[in-house]
Amino acid sequence: MTNPISDIAGADFILAIGTNTTESHPIISLQVKKAVRNGATLVVVDPRKTEIAGLAHYHLPIKSGSDIALLNSLAHVIIAEELWNKEFVASRTEDFDAFKETVARYTPEYAEKITSVAAQTIREVARGYAGAKNATILYTMGVTQHICGTHNVFAIANLAMLCGQVGKPHSGVNPLRGQNNVQGACDMGALPNVLTGYQSVAADEVRAKFAAAWGVKELPARPGLTVGEMMEAAEHGKVKGMYIMGENPVLSDPDAGHVVRALEKLEFLVVQDIFLTETARLADVVLPAASFAEKDGTFTNTERRVQRVRKAVEPVGEARADWEIICAVARAMGYPMNYSTPAEIMAEIARLTPSYGGISYERLEKGGLVWPCPVLDHPGTPVLHVGKFARGLGKFHPVEYVPPAEQPDEQFPLVLSTGRRHFHYHTGTMTLRTGALEVYYPEEYLEVNPADACVLNLENWEKVRVVSRRGEVEVRVCITDRVPAGLVFTSFHFPEVAINKLTNPVRDAIAKIPELKVCAVRIEKIA
Amino acid sequence: MAEVNLIINDQKVAVPEGSTILEAAQKLNIFIPTLCYDPELSRPASCRICVVEVKGSKNLVPSCAALVREGMVVYTDSPPVIEARKTILDLLLSNHPEDCLTCGRNGDCRLQDYAYLYGVRRGTFGGEKHSYALEDDNPFIVRDMNKCILCGKCVRMCAEVQGKNVVDFAYRGFHTKIAPAMDTTLSQSDCVFCGNCVAVCPVGALQEKGLRKSARTWEVKKVRTTCPYCGTGCNFDLNVKDGKVVGVTSCAGEVNGRALCVKGRFGYGFIHHPDRLTRPLIKKDGVLKEASWEEAINLVAARMGAIKEKYGPDALSVLASARCTNEENYLLSKLTRAVFGTNNIDHCARL
Repeated sequence: MTNPISDIAGADFILAIGTNTTESHPIISLQVKKAVRNGATLVVVDPRKTEIAGLAHYHLPIKSGSDIALLNSLAHVIIAEELWNKEFVASRTEDFDAFKETVARYTPEYAEKITSVAAQTIREVARGYAGAKNATILYTMGVTQHICGTHNVFAIANLAMLCGQVGKPHSGVNPLRGQNNVQGACDMGALPNVLTGYQSVAADEVRAKFAAAWGVKELPARPGLTVGEMMEAAEHGKVKGMYIMGENPVLSDPDAGHVVRALEKLEFLVVQDIFLTETARLADVVLPAASFAEKDGTFTNTERRVQRVRKAVEPVGEARADWEIICAVARAMGYPMNYSTPAEIMAEIARLTPSYGGISYERLEKGGLVWPCPVLDHPGTPVLHVGKFARGLGKFHPVEYVPPAEQPDEQFPLVLSTGRRHFHYHTGTMTLRTGALEVYYPEEYLEVNPADACVLNLENWEKVRVVSRRGEVEVRVCITDRVPAGLVFTSFHFPEVAINKLTNPVRDAIAKIPELKVCAVRIEKIA
Repeated sequence: MAEVNLIINDQKVAVPEGSTILEAAQKLNIFIPTLCYDPELSRPASCRICVVEVKGSKNLVPSCAALVREGMVVYTDSPPVIEARKTILDLLLSNHPEDCLTCGRNGDCRLQDYAYLYGVRRGTFGGEKHSYALEDDNPFIVRDMNKCILCGKCVRMCAEVQGKNVVDFAYRGFHTKIAPAMDTTLSQSDCVFCGNCVAVCPVGALQEKGLRKSARTWEVKKVRTTCPYCGTGCNFDLNVKDGKVVGVTSCAGEVNGRALCVKGRFGYGFIHHPDRLTRPLIKKDGVLKEASWEEAINLVAARMGAIKEKYGPDALSVLASARCTNEENYLLSKLTRAVFGTNNIDHCARL
């Protein structure tokens, strides 16, 4: 996020795109509700009638995957009606002309045909966003899990720059991240192309710095494989050994059948986890890890706030903290990796990472710190891009609408979208074992619009088979107008409804994110 | 903002204009009991336990809502004030179950605290008492409306922080009761079981089901930490008894204040679930069998080393975890790059 969570409550205008905020980020949704109570205008862009859509002044039930057409069209109106922030564009950005030329084609009437959002609504929302004193954009995977996910984000950033709604309080471009430490895992260089703090593996001086600190002669320069590419490489026999820590790709990744085939083809698979997940069952060695309550450490939240995790109890049985296990593996391979506490590890991270340079356990005892926090007396940086963008000038990236990779057809006439439920989390390994959440919400269902249910002659709570080109699952049907006709929706929380057997692994060319929000399916009755 | 000078219990204090008497007293560290007051919520001033005597005022005034005035002279524990508080406590206790011995909130109850403080042993007003059925039909929250003192904090928390408006005052007079629409149970309402009402309930009317049946208040050690679920980064206290996490309670979280969602507050049961992996496992003849750490680590090192030797470092790949700590992800990157010798490391940021 460019701005802190607490900023949202003070916004005058909130554009929430592809975020089921009340269910996926309940505490962030409290800030949205607070803003609305204070008089802010809320616009929700989502094909589904989510709870947050119910609170919105404008709900835009966009056709799945048509975000760029909508966002470009908003920019079109703002430029055509001379509502843009000319001073901001002139002094803080570049490549505006190319952007202007691209969005010129996206009239509201043209966008209406693609998005099925009324042209007049597009005009009103555009005027509201451009005219607001402080407007914030919130988004999550509804924006990114498309073949054009990166371009969707570009389109959002273009809009924010066009109106100067970035680099100041209560505004900005704010992805709400879905996992406790997904921000931190990225910050720590758990990515194929960067080391900590997004320092490129391709840069000689970066590699030299880390090689010296880590006591090795050299570090690999060629960027590695992303998770999807790893699975493909494994299936083709190019990757032979895999080490998986605390992930369950068999349930979480698209086209689960392919993931299983890939993992089975490995010569050696290690899985380090707190439960025997669907992925761990395929492993040659399973290492029992400590849960968050059983170790010290830090998580970095979606607003870049680094916060302490504290050990409350001893690990169960012989389980060990992940950091201790990693050290043991390194030592067994002849590399001296010795730390007595996570605080020592953070000290090393701070030395090697400019944005974490001022972060220490001693300081974190007094409260969280928001990076960039370069030195020990730096207070942290809750709002990014104030006065200047990280790259200097903000660059407009003109982007064009492309339809989703898989379109419904005669054989597979419905669009399947997946997401989360309020009472559960990710692949359910934790929330299905709490003695509470799974008791209250024991079974998953597929949301089907009454019109589709009528055509298919479905009854509420009937068990059906959902089939895509890649796989099938059986699931109960909930007939509801929360989804529009032609769209069905369910979560990926329940192993019994392993919906990722069906999803499309086709990926965005830049970020390599799979198009989990759109694939074509059909519903079959179970005789 | 202009300062206002006043005298509380013969001590001078200056506070910003618009402050309440309660806030001025807090500045002097003078204790005033409260039940319906909460700094984060609106102020109905309905319980009257916080009344104080203001010189020149005919009636006692509720300090949580009454604003300071220049030259005000306030007494927070004069005989009329004490008498009023005792009467309020007497009235509350007269329609309250006398079951502190078995109440989960024993030791963490404002009614109990104030009864102790003012020496009110029991309610002395005879007559009818409520006998509502215990609401126990969900796995998260137990509602005992017999213990409710109608302070309305849960109503305001649900409306003003959670924005759900699930509960409100129902019925009238003696029969007044906090209830969801149509006086159903929470599980039949729109309740999302965030439990934020429980976090502000001053008595035993709302209790966390798991926590309050596993530990007495004074038996738990609280450990401040960060939630392991979504990316919001809420802080809360893990409640630990006998080496086990028995519950989660709100703290003053930097991001979330006291607010939590159902997963953060009630989703801790996995920590001690019998399915937890407790020993390393090694697959032999297609079956995962328990092994020692030494055996498992050596096998991992040997096999990963052999693959690197035979096919080169890029035949190895690593999935780090958006669920693990920064320190662990850093070390796994170090292992991957410095020891395995490849950049094949990624995690589920895209899922």
